[in-house]
Amino acid sequence: MKIKYCDALVIGGGLAGLRSAVAAAQKGLSTTVLSLVPVKRSHSAAAQGGMQASLGNAKMSEGDNEDVHFSDTVKGSDWGCDQEVARMFVTTAPKAIRELAAWGVPWSRIKKGNHEAVINTKKTNIFEEDDKHGLINSRDFGGTKKWRTCYTSDATGHTMLFAVANESLKLNVNIEDRKEAIGLIHHNNKCYGAIVRDLITGDIVAYVSKGTLIATGGYGRIYEITTNAVICEGIGTAIALETGIAKLGNMEAVQFHPTPLFPSGILLTEGCRGDGGVLRDVDGHRFMPDYEPEKKDLASRDVVSRRMMEHMRKGKGIDSVYGTHLWLDISILGREHIEKNLRDVQEICESFAGIDPADEGQKGWAPVHPMQHYSMGGIRTKPTGESQTLQGLFSCGEAACWDMHGFNRLGGNSVSETVVAGMIVGNYFADYCINTQIDIQTDVIEKFVHEKEAYMKNLVSKNSGDDVFKIKNRMKKIMQDYVGIFRDGEGLEKAVKELEELYIKSKNVAVRNKQLTANPELEEAYRVPMMLKVALCVAKGALDRTESRGAHTREDYPKRDDANWLKRTLTSWKEGDTMPTVEYEPLDIMKMEIPPGFRGYGAKGNLIENPISAIRQNEVDEMVEKMELEGKDRYEIQDKLMPFPLQDEYKRKNIRLGDL
Amino acid sequence: MSRELTFKILRYDPQDKENVRAYFEEFKIQEAPSMTIYIALTQIRESQDAGLSFDFVCRAGICGSCAMMINGRPKLACRTLTRDLPKEIILLPLPTFNLIKDLSVNTGVWMDEMSKRVESWVHSSHEVDIANIEMPIEPEVADAVFELDRCIECGCCVAGCGTKLIKEDFVGAVGLNRIARFECDPHDERTIEDYYELVGDDNGIFGCMTLLGCEDTCPKHLPLQTKIAYMRRKLATVKGS
Repeated sequence: MKIKYCDALVIGGGLAGLRSAVAAAQKGLSTTVLSLVPVKRSHSAAAQGGMQASLGNAKMSEGDNEDVHFSDTVKGSDWGCDQEVARMFVTTAPKAIRELAAWGVPWSRIKKGNHEAVINTKKTNIFEEDDKHGLINSRDFGGTKKWRTCYTSDATGHTMLFAVANESLKLNVNIEDRKEAIGLIHHNNKCYGAIVRDLITGDIVAYVSKGTLIATGGYGRIYEITTNAVICEGIGTAIALETGIAKLGNMEAVQFHPTPLFPSGILLTEGCRGDGGVLRDVDGHRFMPDYEPEKKDLASRDVVSRRMMEHMRKGKGIDSVYGTHLWLDISILGREHIEKNLRDVQEICESFAGIDPADEGQKGWAPVHPMQHYSMGGIRTKPTGESQTLQGLFSCGEAACWDMHGFNRLGGNSVSETVVAGMIVGNYFADYCINTQIDIQTDVIEKFVHEKEAYMKNLVSKNSGDDVFKIKNRMKKIMQDYVGIFRDGEGLEKAVKELEELYIKSKNVAVRNKQLTANPELEEAYRVPMMLKVALCVAKGALDRTESRGAHTREDYPKRDDANWLKRTLTSWKEGDTMPTVEYEPLDIMKMEIPPGFRGYGAKGNLIENPISAIRQNEVDEMVEKMELEGKDRYEIQDKLMPFPLQDEYKRKNIRLGDL
Repeated sequence: MSRELTFKILRYDPQDKENVRAYFEEFKIQEAPSMTIYIALTQIRESQDAGLSFDFVCRAGICGSCAMMINGRPKLACRTLTRDLPKEIILLPLPTFNLIKDLSVNTGVWMDEMSKRVESWVHSSHEVDIANIEMPIEPEVADAVFELDRCIECGCCVAGCGTKLIKEDFVGAVGLNRIARFECDPHDERTIEDYYELVGDDNGIFGCMTLLGCEDTCPKHLPLQTKIAYMRRKLATVKGS
């Protein structure tokens, strides 16, 4: 049996994992990152539009600060988020982007003088003063009051990922790619690392560590059509679930992005609409202002996706051989803007749809349709990033339910979360690793290794059984049809029932290729049952939650129900079960800085109020009024309303132009 | 009527000690509208040979995983449309990288070594206070750095490089591009002499034979030859010891 030891083990080599690894390496820990693919190929590379941080540099960002970012994030979450965590996040985001700038991310910078932008389809002149010249620029995104999304053209994730990956190489982080964690080593409710399969040689090795951090991203590939990379199968989430101890939070909160290219599912960034692009229907009519007069095409993602589906149901979609879709028109931004700021979008449209989106009129319109995009749910953690129930297991990024996104994430907040959580959680994780000893017997480790070795041998030994690809494709179809943008009790019942049957079936697959080494079919055979567990957590959570909140839309329960459902769903999996165990964790309104109310977009009055909201709102208003009269500043007032934990170095005030 | 496509794919599994033979295998599939090599290979794996190995991640031309030899040229398979190819399509793994199996090669290990070799990170003696306003950068300079930072390290330039094929330790256009990228980044304090130390030899900037294979095959259309020529002129002015 092979055992490899390190201080800090990070599973997942995207932005969140690598930034956490940097945090651990900076504290002198021997740090290993495991990744399915070379880390620079991680799905983080696909993030196009940008990263939210309230720098307040540009003209259209003036007056922005942590409070505005916080308010946008809480409303965006449909009050499903942990407000303390959202505060930790917005306070650190400006520091994260400035750190990345120092690491060489070539953020687009402000040029002084006049420049033209398209706002609400009209060409508008924006003047930038001299003192802003050369500072980091930002663009508009959905659900935000200020232009806050910082970017490098439409390849933001790529430039960030390369900077952080290179920083990890500089710090001698031990990066091992083509390694897959297939189980966690745990004993007496404490995590000690992972059982890892080498995707080339097939070797099963125990990686034993003081602390373990999962940052494996989302699970979009349980759906038939998704913008996610092919590696986003939720296996990191599943190995946490399979401990039977760690729990998953809000798995039913799945985001659908309004504008992936149809039918291929390749994302066209929200920056398209942020920069002034619009949605059009079969008549070429711009329909979003009819539904959302205030935020129009830039309401939050859940709202825009639903409005698009509604509009298509009214017969206003465009029919094609692949089905119905709508148009995204960015041609109005002009060729020059597209070729500079939306170049990847242009390349994607050319390669996958055979159109040039800079061509004027309908010729340049891109076919789009909402598709699965982001997993708000994930491994439930405390604000430190540690699992609430399994000591020594940390998680951050999309894999985690930390939980700053609640039931709907704002565009630009996820790529921001990866590095911000990488800094905050990475630091707490590093401290944990410094203060912990490995106190596990090798015979316990051995048991885990032998179990997995036997499992693999058993998988290739069967000569008759089900086809794993058929099971996988059926799961994807069920999720697509019944656990999509609009959900109802009947469909969800069906989904849960059939997913459970598929899960039972998935344990009896026959693998045709018998190699234990590099073998994609064997990988499917052990992954698909794990994916089905994740899918069941999503579907069961959605069936039980009889309300609509954020991206979770129940047609049979159209109202957000704060009286009964202001709580987080927790799912866990007991060994031998064929269905997850569902529990709930209440959200305490009396501790909220912003008690639940109307989001400012979406349907008004679609709400069952909780009487405590008004009580807390009163209390907040009184406190604010009193402290303002006493001459307290916004930091003091905030601290009184809702104190939040954060490392001192990250809690420091962010300096902005106006502060000088 | 759609075309029937014939894929001739190189099969070889270095892990399989019993069958040490490399061979071509043919697969036939019906062409579908907008079919890419990604879609075709996925279909072949699901319906004809579940053991066929190849790499895709983003399937959108962004991550660089799926570079392979398509009818003799290194290309990103995810965004290569079958309609642009004849009905016989020959697929081989990228040369010069270690073969994992079939069409899958180990670019990650090579790229990590390359990044360490050219020290592909900002070198700065400044302590940056991340709570304070960032250093201003000329917008044109930030754009120029971004132009070179767009490299996705797919390996096409290395696979298309005559020098690399005869000189195993050649750093390749991908590495030289990283040098050019940091040379124009104001955050990086390295001098031309520092870069000379890193790549001022025949395995670096002076090894390039200007065969243009890198720029011809770069899926991101980076100005690789222009930048190599620029860096070579700069480094040639450094007097060797």
